[in-house]
Amino acid sequence: MNTEQKKQVKASGTSATSEPGIATLPENEDKDTLLAYYHNMVLIRQFEEKSSEMYRKARIGGYCHLNLGEEATVVGFCAGLAPTDYVYTNYREHGYALCRGISANATMAELFGKVTGCARGRGGSMHLFDKERRFMGGYGIVGGQLPLAAGAAFAVKYKGGSEIVACQMGDGATNGGPFHESLNLAKIYHLPVIFFIVNNGYGMGLKVEKGSAIPELYRKACAYDILSERVDGTDVLAVRDAMLRAARVAREQHEPVLIEAVSFRFKGHSVVDPDQYRDKEEVLRGRTLDPIDFFAKRLRAAGLLDDDKIRAIDYQVEQEVEEAVRFAEDSPFPSEDTLFDYVYADDQA
Amino acid sequence: MAEVTFRQALHDTLREELLRDENVFLMGEEIGVFEGSYKITAGLLKEFGSKRIVDTPISENGFVGLAAGAAMLGLRPVVEIMTINFIILAMDEIVNHAAKIYYMFGGQTPVPMVIRTPGGGGQQLSATHSQNLEVWFAHVPGLKVMAPATPHDAKGMLRTAIRDNNPVLFLENLALYNTKGEVADGDYTIPFGKAKVMKEGNDLTIVSYSRMATVALDVARRIERESGLSIEVVDLRSLRPLDKETIVNSVKKTNRAIVFEEDWRTYGIGAEIAALIQEDAFDYLDAPIKRVASVEVPLPYAKPLEIAALTSTKQLIDVINEIAPRRRRR
Repeated sequence: MNTEQKKQVKASGTSATSEPGIATLPENEDKDTLLAYYHNMVLIRQFEEKSSEMYRKARIGGYCHLNLGEEATVVGFCAGLAPTDYVYTNYREHGYALCRGISANATMAELFGKVTGCARGRGGSMHLFDKERRFMGGYGIVGGQLPLAAGAAFAVKYKGGSEIVACQMGDGATNGGPFHESLNLAKIYHLPVIFFIVNNGYGMGLKVEKGSAIPELYRKACAYDILSERVDGTDVLAVRDAMLRAARVAREQHEPVLIEAVSFRFKGHSVVDPDQYRDKEEVLRGRTLDPIDFFAKRLRAAGLLDDDKIRAIDYQVEQEVEEAVRFAEDSPFPSEDTLFDYVYADDQA
Repeated sequence: MAEVTFRQALHDTLREELLRDENVFLMGEEIGVFEGSYKITAGLLKEFGSKRIVDTPISENGFVGLAAGAAMLGLRPVVEIMTINFIILAMDEIVNHAAKIYYMFGGQTPVPMVIRTPGGGGQQLSATHSQNLEVWFAHVPGLKVMAPATPHDAKGMLRTAIRDNNPVLFLENLALYNTKGEVADGDYTIPFGKAKVMKEGNDLTIVSYSRMATVALDVARRIERESGLSIEVVDLRSLRPLDKETIVNSVKKTNRAIVFEEDWRTYGIGAEIAALIQEDAFDYLDAPIKRVASVEVPLPYAKPLEIAALTSTKQLIDVINEIAPRRRRR
């Protein structure tokens, strides 16, 4: 498998820009697992819509970047990993946190800046973290998480572990130094890390084609002799399968792999972005590429989902998200006397 | 007790820590096969192998971030940056990441790492290879900063830095590597935030650190011999956290203070120390606090210009004469 072969795979079918028919589900898929993917996608959708609402009500401060439209990418990414694997992401990470098993309560509470949040109210929307679930951070500086992820993979290898590290980033990160330095280091040290690019077409407001000399971002891996492929980021199973392939290489061969998932951002860069730089037609067309609708159609066609089940899942998720807001509202802020906690770690080796 | 060079003290400490803790590894440009640009790591690759002594490409932000990521998973990287000038390329991973991770994620994962790097001018390396940027790091909560002046301190402080659970900038000075000093035996450590009174005195305090502390000590001894002026020399050793108590107590005793530093004067370490002294010892001062620092130019190459730009003994003596108690002026 090399990048040229993968390019052909892309040409023969996977694309986020053409309306696909209803693809049949692969055989040997576990029904409950598929429904869990669907559930998680709906959870992300509703959580993000609620986050947007809470931001507008000033319950959430700072910046707030949403995974709306990217649900299949997020769920597929997490579905390809083991619970013991490590995940690093950028600042558009609420969905990744949820899929790694951080509760909606702890995630929403962090957005609210409450002490019950998954970073004890110190990080906010861009800096979710849960060591126990090996969710090693959302990072607010574009590309900053890449060297860290390579380092985590270095540590795994150093200790002789079988875990891998998966590092998500946006398309904009691929134009910066940390991307290129990290790919190079990961290759020369043979590190078990997956670099996962969510290409939603825009780095804030700059089109990928304007910002990157090569708009097919997976091709950048060629320079480092790193295996790479591009997948349809609106197809949760395609993303998951690409992750599973990559995870196998990373785990068994201790080599880095790069995946580019082509996705679409339903809204602006962040909640406050009025999104005026994108063509209206383009946005409307993009929103028809709804990964949740696509997957629902496939599940329906396979007899796994019907109107009643959809309503039941929607209702259950709604309750979960409402409960998360209640929990966040009711939780206390960190007390002022803890302002200096965690500036320095005390213990010595 | 044995007399060793600063270089040897660093080398021996790194070796001992590698032997002591499996999780300690070294990483940096040319530290392995090349045995270190300044030979601090000579022989270590042969002894410990490429798993523990990791040569890196010229990719400072990448490998400093890599070290921070490895530290998040419990390793204890000791990174060498060839000279402090190159650390500028790694500022994002140091300031935005290593310094923030423990706090920003609510105390869930410490980042136990050391970045060793030499600074200092005077070798005709000119503008981009002769800087003293310690204040950049001393400014940042979440980082700790050490700058030893003697082989003995280098050893005890490097041990402390490596065993600490926070990102530590360990600042060396090119002109100190060949200096010699007595080093105590045994596994002693020197804590953060403890300055050392290198020489006691009653008439005037010089506060300094790293190489300039050794220069200050020489000057103080010479002047005392020649004129009887009794100068106290305080070596800060640790720039963050800072030992306010030792500085303030010294000034309360001598009533006069000079800060002697190799970095640029404006917004430098001296500015911080002067502010601290006037806050905590204002009523004890008998003269303005003076800063003796390098002049504010990018360091030039030509030797006469380089000499003119760097602060040294002469500038220090001039200021001592300016503020010393009148009865004792030379």
